[in-house]
Amino acid sequence: MALRLENIKWDLSDDNGVNKEIIKNISLKFGDGKLVVVTGPNGGGKTTLAKLIAGVVTPSSGKIILEKDGKDIDITDINVTDRARSGIAYAFQQPVRFKGLTVRNLLETAADRKMEKSELCKLLGKVGLCAEEYLNREMNTSLSGGESKRIEIATVLAREADISVYDEPEAGIDLWSFTKLVEAFEEIREARKGTLIIISHQERIISIADEIVVIANGQIRAFGPREEILPTLLSDEKTGRCPINAKGVEY
Amino acid sequence: MNFITGDLIKSVSDFSDLSDIQNSAYNIREDGQCAARQSTENIKIENKTDAPGIVITVKPGTKGEKVYIPACVTHGSFDDLVYNDFIIGEDADVTVIAGCGVHTADDGAAGHNGIHRFTLEKNAKVLYVEKHLGTGKGKGIKKIDPVTDIILKEGSSLTMDTIQLGGVDISTRKTYAVLEEEAKLIVRERIMTDGVEKARTDFDVILKGEGSGADLVSRSVARGNSHQEFNSKIVGRVRCTGHSECDAILAENGTVTASPSLEASHIDAELIHEAAIGKIAGEQILKLRTLGLTEEEAEQKIIDGFLQ
Repeated sequence: MALRLENIKWDLSDDNGVNKEIIKNISLKFGDGKLVVVTGPNGGGKTTLAKLIAGVVTPSSGKIILEKDGKDIDITDINVTDRARSGIAYAFQQPVRFKGLTVRNLLETAADRKMEKSELCKLLGKVGLCAEEYLNREMNTSLSGGESKRIEIATVLAREADISVYDEPEAGIDLWSFTKLVEAFEEIREARKGTLIIISHQERIISIADEIVVIANGQIRAFGPREEILPTLLSDEKTGRCPINAKGVEY
Repeated sequence: MNFITGDLIKSVSDFSDLSDIQNSAYNIREDGQCAARQSTENIKIENKTDAPGIVITVKPGTKGEKVYIPACVTHGSFDDLVYNDFIIGEDADVTVIAGCGVHTADDGAAGHNGIHRFTLEKNAKVLYVEKHLGTGKGKGIKKIDPVTDIILKEGSSLTMDTIQLGGVDISTRKTYAVLEEEAKLIVRERIMTDGVEKARTDFDVILKGEGSGADLVSRSVARGNSHQEFNSKIVGRVRCTGHSECDAILAENGTVTASPSLEASHIDAELIHEAAIGKIAGEQILKLRTLGLTEEEAEQKIIDGFLQ
């Protein structure tokens, strides 16, 4: 399943009622089975883009199209629940905590079925957690930020969705768990089990991408195969050149 | 035992038929009368001589046994009052399951007032499970007002696991406890109210023994136009630890008031209170919706988990 964004705009009114364009006319295609990394400076619109794909926010204009079985399905106005049921999963940048719901409750809700302990162990192992210790833990503040973040990612892995969106999965995760997570993404990519859209600043994630999108100031500054985009990103990192100042083609 | 009692017992106790508990002590109270009773070698159940009710005596050293004492009111215009005394011998470790169901199919009120007095001797340990339920389509008020009076002697511990399942129009639950040296009291209370139901909880705990500790946690959900009131008072007179927590979710027009009170009269008394009241966080609903649940399903999942 592929996903197309066509002329997507998203505006936000400030306190004075003045509209500010956060996403400025973005058109983009996330190909079936591809691992696409979206990167760029802070505040450039990456998380908003993820929320638009997940249906958490609705575009001011433009269309979001699912390409499925040779058909175009317009999902622009479909709500979050139906977006999830149509095969799109979304890992929040800031994990959500729940009093009373256990890790097992949440993962089984994500998978929409009862899961064997061995399955849960395998799933949590992919994000570097030992299931025995965590299954019956409440998803509350007794979990550290890094633990909650890894469980948040595991909920999306559990869905085995056609399109999975991860918003900065590396944030707050220790080095060892991060390595496991990169392996999990590579495994999904190798098996072509779904399209992965990962918002990230991490070179280790960017370096496993099939394609890279660079977003700054609500616009696409660059989009193409990793082999084309990554060298420029790396050299800019050394020189301190920021894509926010770059002009599309030049970049 | 009539069929309404049978249905209520299935919900408020851990059995559906007497054959399920044939090796345990039990006393089933139906409309103010004893419907069935059995003692065991280690747990004796006898009538009280000075008031309606029973005395449950657990022999010292009894381990792993359960005693069931469900009480049901199965019709309107009946207000049951019962005094049950529990005397738990030294080093015993037992579970008490004390469900209560009230049912009315007419305009008459159905009520139950259970006054339970626990005395735990040295190093005794009790898990006390209490479930409350109101049923029946009658307009009569369904009312349950339990009082639990607890004396915990040296090194003993009582864990109270209480839940109000629903359908109870008015409930006032009062818990009084006095803890001696190294005694522990743990309370886990869960209350769900809906419609115009009212529920009130009062905890009054005195920590008078060195090293004693109390941990009271109340989780509640107030839906519809229901109202809940949480009052807790922990008094620390010696080196001790006390913690009370009221955590409430509001839905629709539900209201909750929480009034915690701590009184420390010793420099090493460590007492804490926490209270949080609010609606379900929007981000929690949103997260569950991204997992494919509707808004209503998400809300129910959060409430079920919260009261789990």
